[in-house]
Amino acid sequence: MENWLAGLINPYYEQVLMMVGIYIIAALGLNLITGMCGQLSFGHAAFLSIGAYTAAIMTRNLHLPFIPCVFAGGLMAALFGALLGLPVLKLTGDYLGIATLGFGEIVRVVFTNLKITGGAIGLAAIPRDTNLINVLVFVVLTVWAMSYLHNSRFGRALAAIREDEIAAESMGINAMFYKVQAFALGCFFAGMSGAFYAHLLQYLNPSDFGFARSFDILNFVVLGGLGSIPGAIVGTAVLTLAPEFLRFVAQYRMMIYGALLVLMMIFRPNGLLGGVDFRRLLRRRRQKAAVAGN
Amino acid sequence: MLIQQIINGLTLGATYALIALGYTMVYGIIQLINFAHGDIFMIGAFIGVAAASIFFHNFFLILIAAMLACTVLGVTIERVAYRPLRRANRLNALISTIGVSIFLETFMTVFKGPQPIGFPHVLNNATYRLGHTEFSSIQIIILLVSILLMVGLQGIVRYTKTGKAMRAASEDYDTASLMGININRVISFTFAIGSALAAAGGVLVGIYFNSVDPYMGVMVGLKAFVAAVLGGIGNIPGAMLGGMILGLAEVFGVAAGFSSYKDAIAFTLLIVILLVRPTGLLGRPLQRKV
Repeated sequence: MENWLAGLINPYYEQVLMMVGIYIIAALGLNLITGMCGQLSFGHAAFLSIGAYTAAIMTRNLHLPFIPCVFAGGLMAALFGALLGLPVLKLTGDYLGIATLGFGEIVRVVFTNLKITGGAIGLAAIPRDTNLINVLVFVVLTVWAMSYLHNSRFGRALAAIREDEIAAESMGINAMFYKVQAFALGCFFAGMSGAFYAHLLQYLNPSDFGFARSFDILNFVVLGGLGSIPGAIVGTAVLTLAPEFLRFVAQYRMMIYGALLVLMMIFRPNGLLGGVDFRRLLRRRRQKAAVAGN
Repeated sequence: MLIQQIINGLTLGATYALIALGYTMVYGIIQLINFAHGDIFMIGAFIGVAAASIFFHNFFLILIAAMLACTVLGVTIERVAYRPLRRANRLNALISTIGVSIFLETFMTVFKGPQPIGFPHVLNNATYRLGHTEFSSIQIIILLVSILLMVGLQGIVRYTKTGKAMRAASEDYDTASLMGININRVISFTFAIGSALAAAGGVLVGIYFNSVDPYMGVMVGLKAFVAAVLGGIGNIPGAMLGGMILGLAEVFGVAAGFSSYKDAIAFTLLIVILLVRPTGLLGRPLQRKV
């Protein structure tokens, strides 16, 4: 399956592309929580790590097939997401963000101390089961699932909660129920993304999943434009590729990256694609074509 | 033994409190979590090291130099990176602070290298003994300087005109500006004081642990922020209380045998407090208006 691609793409590009795909899955998960439902999460990387370790231990120690392990990683992350969400989602705004940030740090410390995860040394010798094809398939599945959710009864409920929780509740929407569901579902995608990450790098270390990683994913979503699915994809691609393109500036790379974040926030406050409605663009194009046809 | 641990906890707590004050004052006025604050603490420590080689190892001159330099830095950062975003989405401003944080950390890594450097010898570290408890002169100086700075801050906030303006701005930002308070000046002043306190913390921690590195502000900053939230973010005595509680909790947690879980203690405490008292120990309850 992978062989016909082997000669076509340079392995470096292939690696970078897979990384972009993996982060797109995670970013779309966070976009569901923060973008669609309006709940801040500063601990998304923790759910990546839960999925990554779950899947990696299953394939490495139990020799189970890869794809079921990806789902298992996602489910484990969703389980923890629901367990955290139930008490914590009654908090609002920054307080919710801080609580999730705290949870993320706790998860990191626990993974550093557990035996089964290899502790601070990390977990090595994970089979390399991630390839461009299965990443792409899962990206497409995620995008499909997200756009389906976006236009469903569920998605409209989330949007109502995001815009005004009290008004939504007075319209009969059980806000807590939907918030926990959205949170767990977002974590499910983070967990799957983590599983791919583990089987791409073949090595996991708890320090890779600190709060800096959580903010990376948040940056992807906000830079692209909160709540927009194409935005999350473009934001992830731009911010994952930017450090690669900036390699020529060597050690100044992350300095420029930091400055770029500030500049983008100042000059593109709604994100790269914020406020751009693709459906409307397409429709307008079609109308124009129709007018031209007449 | 108990008194020994309390002294260690209060020393640690005092440094958390110094940094927490900057988070809490800024949040109180513009509702912004300034994630670059921990890095100002780090820059303060580095300036302390640099000043030590210029000012003939005089502790107080070093402290003042670091505080002044960070005042300028804090005000500049607010001017360049946060002020244009004041009316923007809160998440945008937050990401701007993260951008500044990444920038400062990398800047110091490029400039000074990622390895920790030692703090030049500026204080004679004598150890005093009182029965079974031991404490060093550095611990006493940390406690004294922190308490002095916090009392000074309370004095400024309570009894000066600028302090009154700060309180008014944190009460109601828009009304305060309608009352003729120059809100930009108040915010600059808040960043100036917060950064100066963080710089003092940086110098003290640098001397205490004899180690300064570009990423030292990350974990300390995060924990100081937790301290601010524990006490009730936006509340100045709350930040001091939160810092002390956090310092004591960590020291006692380690003494009780949870040393490998040290970093988790603060965050567990945070989640528990947030669930029991969502706005912190001394915070006012949030009002939900329809």
